[in-house]
Formats: sequence, C-alpha cells, structure tokens
Amino acid sequence: MIGKGYAFVALALAGVLAGGSTAAQDKGAEKKIKVVATFSILDDLVTNVGRDRVEITTLVGRNSDAHVYSPSPSDAKLLADANVVVTNGFGFEGWITRLIKASGTKAPIITAVKGIKPRRMQGGESHERDQSTTDPHAWQSVANAKIYVANIRDALIAADPAGKAAYQANAAGYLGELDALEKEVKDAIAAIPAARRKVITTHDAFGYFKDAYDLDFIAPQGVSTETEASARDVAKIIGQIKRQDIPAVFLENITDPRLLKRIAEETGAKIGGTLYSDALTDDKGPAPTYIDMMRHNIRTLTAALTS
Amino acid sequence: MLYDTLIQPFAEFEFMRRALVGAIAIALGAGPVGVFLMLRRMSLVGDAMAHAILPGAAVGFLLSGLNLFAMTAGGLVAGFVVAFAAGLVARATELKEDASLATFYLVSLALGVTIVSIKGTNLDLLHVLFGAVLALDDQTLILIAAIATVSLLVLALIYRPLVLECVDPGFLRSVSGAGAPAHLAFLGLVVMNLVGGFNALGTLLAVGIMMLPAAIGRFWARDMTAMILIAAGSGAVAGYAGLLLSFHTSVPSGPAIILVAGVLYAISVLFGRVGGLLRQAFPGRHLEA
Repeated sequence: MIGKGYAFVALALAGVLAGGSTAAQDKGAEKKIKVVATFSILDDLVTNVGRDRVEITTLVGRNSDAHVYSPSPSDAKLLADANVVVTNGFGFEGWITRLIKASGTKAPIITAVKGIKPRRMQGGESHERDQSTTDPHAWQSVANAKIYVANIRDALIAADPAGKAAYQANAAGYLGELDALEKEVKDAIAAIPAARRKVITTHDAFGYFKDAYDLDFIAPQGVSTETEASARDVAKIIGQIKRQDIPAVFLENITDPRLLKRIAEETGAKIGGTLYSDALTDDKGPAPTYIDMMRHNIRTLTAALTS
Repeated sequence: MLYDTLIQPFAEFEFMRRALVGAIAIALGAGPVGVFLMLRRMSLVGDAMAHAILPGAAVGFLLSGLNLFAMTAGGLVAGFVVAFAAGLVARATELKEDASLATFYLVSLALGVTIVSIKGTNLDLLHVLFGAVLALDDQTLILIAAIATVSLLVLALIYRPLVLECVDPGFLRSVSGAGAPAHLAFLGLVVMNLVGGFNALGTLLAVGIMMLPAAIGRFWARDMTAMILIAAGSGAVAGYAGLLLSFHTSVPSGPAIILVAGVLYAISVLFGRVGGLLRQAFPGRHLEA
C-alpha cells in the first residue's frame, strides 16, 4: 500500500518533470516491449538480443558508477512502466530492491547472472575485510556474458512470445560473435609471457577475468568502489609491485585516478592506460559496446605488458 | 622495534611522507583558525562553510574533471561569496550571524545540487570529494602549504583586533573601525583552510582538523597564544598518529586522523588542566598568601 502510494507520487512527479514527452513516446512504441536495464553493459547485451523489437532504457548511464547510484523518482516510473527489468544480480546494484518495491512494478525481474557460479572474494592480498562478499563483475569473463545473453533471450521470449524466432536468431548470431571474442582474448593473453601477467587496477572488478584468462589483478580499493583505501593497503601494493616487478598499473573510467597515479609514480610502474570495467563509454569513447569494451581492455593490457 | 612502528613507514614510503607533510601543514593553518572560531562561539560555522564550499568544488569538477585548480577555485569562490555575504548581512542588519550564514549556505548547497543534476552526471561527487591524503601530488602539497603560510601571516596581521572582537566586540567597535575588515579577512581564512583541507581529507573531515584541535587546546591553556600552539601541535600529532594507525591497521586514512584527534579530545576532557573533569573533581589546594 505504501509502495503504491510512493509510486503514485513518483509517477506524478515524473509526469510533471517529463512534461508531454511521455505521451509521444507511448505512441511511437506501439508494438515494442519496454525493457529497463540497470546499467550500460546490460543495455548493450539486451540491444543485441532484442534489436528492433524492444525499447530499452538504462538507469545508470554510460561512464557512470552503478555501485553507488542513487535512483530518482523518474527511475521508479520507468520500472513501473516496464515489461521486463534486467538486473545484474550478485548484489551489484545494492539499491535495486528498494527501487523495485517503491515502483510497484509488475514486470518480471531478470537476474542476468542466473546460472553463473558466484566468485567469492578471496581473503589475502588487499581486502581481508571483504572476505565473504560475492564479486558481482561476472561479465568480465566472456563465457559468463554468454550466460547473460541466454538468460536475456529466455526472458524476452517469455515476455513477448511472438518474437521468439527473432530473439533466438539474434541471440545465436551474437553468441557467435562472443565466441570469436573469447578466442581473441585467449590468444592475446597467451602472447603475454607468463611472468608478466600481473597488473594493478583501481577497484577489484576483474576477478572473473583473472579466473577465466589467467591474468593477475590487484586492486587497492577492494571489490566495490564504495570503500576508501587505507595506508596499509597502499603500502602493501607498493611493496608488491616492487617485489614482483609488476610492469603496469591501469586506470578505470569510473574511479578516482589520483591514488593510482601516486602509486605509479612511487614504484616506477607505468600507467598502462584506462580499462573499462563497470560502464561503457558513449559512442565517441573506445568502449561503446560490450565487445568493444573487452577488445579495448585486452589491447590495452597486451600493449602495456608485452612491450 | 619502536623505529619499525613509528618511523619506518615514513622512511620507506614516499606517499606516507607526503601525507604527513600535508597533514601537518593543514594542522598548522587550520588549528589557529579553529581556536578563533571556537572562542567566538562559531564552532559550527566551519561545518556550514564546508557545505557552502562543496557545490563550488562540485561545479569545478563538472566543468573540468578532477582538476585541482578548477575544484579549488570553485570552492574558494562559493565559500567567499557565502562568507562575505553572510558577514555583511549580519553586520548591516538585525539578523544574527548564524542565521544569515545558515540561509546563505543552504541556498548555495541547493544551487550546487541543482547545477549538478542539470549537468546530469552520476559519477558520485561525494566520492570524488573524499579526501585523498594518500595521493597528494606536488601541486596539491604546494597549495596546502601556501594556504597554511598565508593563514599564519594574515592571522599575525589581524591578531589584535581579532582577539578584541572575541572578548569585547562592543568595545572594539567604539574605539576602532578595524573590526569589520578583520572579521571578513578571518572568514576568508576559514574558507581557504577548508578548501585546503578538503583536498586532503574531504569536505566533511576538513572541519574536524579545524575544530577538534581547537577544543583540545581549550582544555590545556587559558592563554590565547598557548591555546593556538597546542591546537596546531595536537592537530599535527593527530595527523602523524592517524597515518600510523591507518598504516598498521586497515582504517582509511582520513577518518583515522580525525579519530585520533577525537581520542586526544576525550583525554583532554578528562584530564585537561583547564576545566577538565578530573581537575574539577579534585581542584587542589588554593594558593595561600
């Protein structure tokens, strides 16, 4: 009851804010099913499966951080109007449960990681504090992305049975592209000498990548961007870079780069470039789609590690 | 052993040395300013000013990313405008300083939030405005040191009217016109020190390194000069001990510094020579002629 009341207020507010534009959208999207994705990478995967049969809205936009997003009333309206809501799961979007409740949406909520074996954050190097948390960045392994795609396909078919053939064909085509991508990533890693397969990144987003492709990632910030590094974490990483002779550190598009720059300066490791982990870039950036993102990351990594 | 615990972290790691220099510089500038704020019963003004600065820094960040110059300039402009406007209104009208400051900083905050949402980015601003005491680069260190230097020089210059204003503003107004300019210069110092502090500790904790040492000083000295020295000194000690705490445990550095200052404060409340709780319970013998 309370949830409904809130949704109504949210609706009213959003209606006022958005003005007449909602009505126009409704007309243009007669047949399309409305899908809300929580962040840009899911948006891209849904686009590839749904193509022109779906109309997608993303809550956390490009180049933005989904760990600490704070939803607005218009987001609740989007959810209430949606036919399907696609979330990542594994606690990645900590704010989504409350938002779903507040919006009172009837749409099925899809967890894209369904069927993926969760990766526990190991104790050890830099984050014994986060021992029990699950690493949500499952899409960093292409094999997992394929599971995402299958889940999304099934969800779209359930919501729009008429489009079954189209969704299956789209998904099959895209899965083929992902197979090629995975091979490309594996080949690229194989070309890096085993002793040099170690890098430092700003927050711990590459656990699945590490497990799947045998490349070591170390991060000062832990698995979420919400934590602040302590002097001990930083000292440990500096010590580790010096001891193990780690060749390069990498920045990310969503996090504060100052600390890593300091670490690079102090250890003489070079800044290998920017990696994209949790958010795609806009069309002008180097990672406007999931495939572009993975390709960009692997090229940046190999360029810094093989030279 | 003692060397390993207390000195070795700074000897081994450059980032620790930089953090220490930054923390001490901030303590030197902000401590004395905090003492005057406290004596003028404006302890919460620092907090209000920090909120006024935040939108300015945020706008600077939105316009040109994590650029030290843009964020500092934005923070300074927002802070100065609020401080001076509030100060002028308080002096020219019936409205007391706290009330006029409250209105101005809230308007500034609302304006900042509006600008940020119109620009529409979701990169978490508070997060960016978290301090990065472990990541101080040359530019930031020079800025912090410059602010500390200017603060001490200006304080020396306006020391007499400022002290008079603390104890008897009516008297100062009757004998001299120096009160208003000194007051405005002082508010300027508050803003500058907060802006310097937020580069290292973040907007919210920057107030801590200003006010906690001042409160500590109050418990150990009656004399203004001694109070200022103790404030600056205890701020520097909190910076040093906080960094060590963060190094040996895993507490984030900014909060660690303020927590150590909090512990020093608790000790002062209990054992302070001037008005400490134990001192009040056992006053000692009166002096006899």
